[in-house]
Amino acid sequence: MSALVLKKGASRRSAYDLKNPLSDTIETHTLAVLVDNEAGVLARVIGLFSGRGYNIESLTVAEVDHLGHLSRITIVTTGTPQVIEQIKAQLARIVPVHDVHDLTVEGASVERELAMLKVAGTGEKRVEAMRLAGIFRAAVVDTTLESFVFEITGTPEKIDAFVDLMRPLGLSEIARTGVAAMSRGT
Amino acid sequence: MTRQMSGAQMVVQALKDQGVDTVFGYPGGAMLPIYDEIFRQSDIRHILVRHEQGATHAAEGYARSTGKPGVVLVTSGPGATNAVTGLTDALMDSIPLIVLSGQVPTFMIGTDAFQEADTVGITRPCTKHNWLIKDTDKLAETIHFAFHVATSGRPGPVLIDIPKDVQFATGRYTPPKKVPRSHYQPQVKGDIDAITALVAAIEKAKKPVFYTGGGVINSGHGASQLLRELVAGTDFPITSTLMGLGAYPASGKNWLGMLGMHGTYEANLAMHDCDLMINVGARFDDRITGRLEDFSPKSKKAHIDIDASSINKVVHVEIPILGDVAHVLEDVLKIWKSRGRKTNTEALRGWWQQIDKWRAVNCLGFHNSDSVIKPQHAIQRLEALTRGMDRYVTTEVGQHQMWAAQFMGFEDPNRWMTSGGLGTMGYGLPASIGVQVAHPQSLVINVAGDASFLMNMQELGTAAQYDLPVKQFIMNNERLGMVRQWQQLLHGERYSHSWSEALPDFVKLADAFGGKGILCEHPDDLDDAINAMLAHDGPVILDCRVEKHENCFPMIPSGKPHNEMLLGDATTEGAIDTGGAVLV
Ligand SMILES: Cc1ncc(C[n+]2csc(CCOP(=O)(O)OP(=O)(O)O)c2C)c(N)n1
Repeated sequence: MSALVLKKGASRRSAYDLKNPLSDTIETHTLAVLVDNEAGVLARVIGLFSGRGYNIESLTVAEVDHLGHLSRITIVTTGTPQVIEQIKAQLARIVPVHDVHDLTVEGASVERELAMLKVAGTGEKRVEAMRLAGIFRAAVVDTTLESFVFEITGTPEKIDAFVDLMRPLGLSEIARTGVAAMSRGT
Repeated sequence: MTRQMSGAQMVVQALKDQGVDTVFGYPGGAMLPIYDEIFRQSDIRHILVRHEQGATHAAEGYARSTGKPGVVLVTSGPGATNAVTGLTDALMDSIPLIVLSGQVPTFMIGTDAFQEADTVGITRPCTKHNWLIKDTDKLAETIHFAFHVATSGRPGPVLIDIPKDVQFATGRYTPPKKVPRSHYQPQVKGDIDAITALVAAIEKAKKPVFYTGGGVINSGHGASQLLRELVAGTDFPITSTLMGLGAYPASGKNWLGMLGMHGTYEANLAMHDCDLMINVGARFDDRITGRLEDFSPKSKKAHIDIDASSINKVVHVEIPILGDVAHVLEDVLKIWKSRGRKTNTEALRGWWQQIDKWRAVNCLGFHNSDSVIKPQHAIQRLEALTRGMDRYVTTEVGQHQMWAAQFMGFEDPNRWMTSGGLGTMGYGLPASIGVQVAHPQSLVINVAGDASFLMNMQELGTAAQYDLPVKQFIMNNERLGMVRQWQQLLHGERYSHSWSEALPDFVKLADAFGGKGILCEHPDDLDDAINAMLAHDGPVILDCRVEKHENCFPMIPSGKPHNEMLLGDATTEGAIDTGGAVLV
């Protein structure tokens, strides 16, 4: 299938779309939304999700083109295929939205998230935390005699796994950025 | 050449450059600089309403009857919050409005200043888009862009919030031509493959039906003309939603009447039994579909809509066509003609025979009376005595609205103004004012219920001030009739708070506002009363006392499919099960 790029106002729905639109399977999709970086744009996007009862699993936003005043919002959402289509169409009609990419359907994509974990402990546990951090390629960005702050990047699953391992070793605080994602290739 | 001027001057200049001749509004502290500029000019007429909700509905009436956007001025805080219902109404019914609101000065925003409200926050979900202007240099450009947004693609309301210091400050005026082209350019041409698929389906269909909506009206007169040509050429039956009445003439031979919850038997059964449904600018609203699982189970469905999010939202369609109705219909006709104007005439003959059997049921029949005015009869007489006139009709919300839709015939688009999606009681009187302002020589009638009328009756003052001869035809049943009907059918006849107790004397009320009041209590007096209403050159209230317990039929109870419709004589007890009662 060709890339599913929802250009503003353009239909990428074909009359010959073979996908069963009425399936109740819940799917997880990662959407990349390019928006004008103007006041209230994030509120519009979030308001759309809350107002229409859609789910947000993760949301990140940052300016990606300073001169062009463009920001990129990455949203991980869940729903039936019909709901996902509706979410994309609803996003696309927000005036400051330029385009909506469904990275999950567009083909291979890469996802990354950054997390910081504070792990407090001494003795055996401290050593074990440090050893596991090495395996996960987490970097130590701060240390005291009783604690580390680890920085880890990876897929959300990798971060989940690291968090689970740190829990019995004195994990006391977590900060996660949410997912940033991009399609592979050109 | 750039011109320097104050923000307030810019507002007036931008409105003039956009061709605005009329604005509806109400002043207040945060709007004084703009009102000062309104005072100093005479190109734009300002209509002073009596409540900001009235301004928004008047602007909707103006917009819907002219095809141009309606413009509203309101002050900050309560002025803006009072506009919220009208904005929501316009959003639901795709009416282009530009609302300019005053705001406290930028340096006071966020301090809970006097008459401060987070207007862009409050109106974000009820506008197509909105803006808070912090820089006078951006003001004119934003106003021009706002007109573009409100009127292109699926039309809708927009709001621009203008702090008072921005109105006073001097800045650069950007004329419309200098506004940079935005990426916001909705697609109007439909996909040719999809259109060809529709034509192929038209050629084969045995039991087709056109299901048309407000999108045809919004697409302009050309769209209605093309629709008429296509219907005449194919000889397919056609029905319409409440919002689409008039796109195809009610006197046309293919007309089935309105469809939906209170639509005709023939329209709803044609929808249920068809094998090809061609949705033109409608949105499968729940008033139309009834129980979704049983909605038109055997049909192939095509949907022409300018809003991608309306397509496949609730009903899956096989032939989606994203585009403007007029553009798409033009291509449909072109391709259909070039392929030899084919239809399955043999099958169509059988389909029409079936439809004629449904028509013979005479679903709008009712028992008339010699002693009390039946509401259906009242509308029939109003229709008979005004048909053929240069007439515009608005309505409030309730039974009277449905009876007006059932018994009045609209021959042209833009002649019928009603609150469809939001169902806003209080819409009709101010809307009639907006229509009359746009069409001073025409007959403008608001078909009203007693309860709805009271919701914005203060606007009689506006009608009086501007000599607007709007005719308020109140079908007075001393009840919140539609609520009473549902309580009778769904809630064991427990009539909880559905009486209009302590109603005013509407004749005296008209008098108090400087209009004319007429009371009519007996069927024998009805024609005279209507003629007296029509003859008076000024605002009139006709207080038409109708049967208090009449129900509006046909009715598809909530949660029922089209083919389980209640007709007038049907026993209605237990017709609606508890599952249906949770629906609205
Ligand atoms: C602002 C608003 N409030 C409440 C309702 C719910 N409602 C729908 S119809 C109706 C009764 C309308 O009564 P009336 O205007 O007298 O018209 P009738 O049904 O009697 O013809 C009510 C209360 C509404 N549609 N709008």
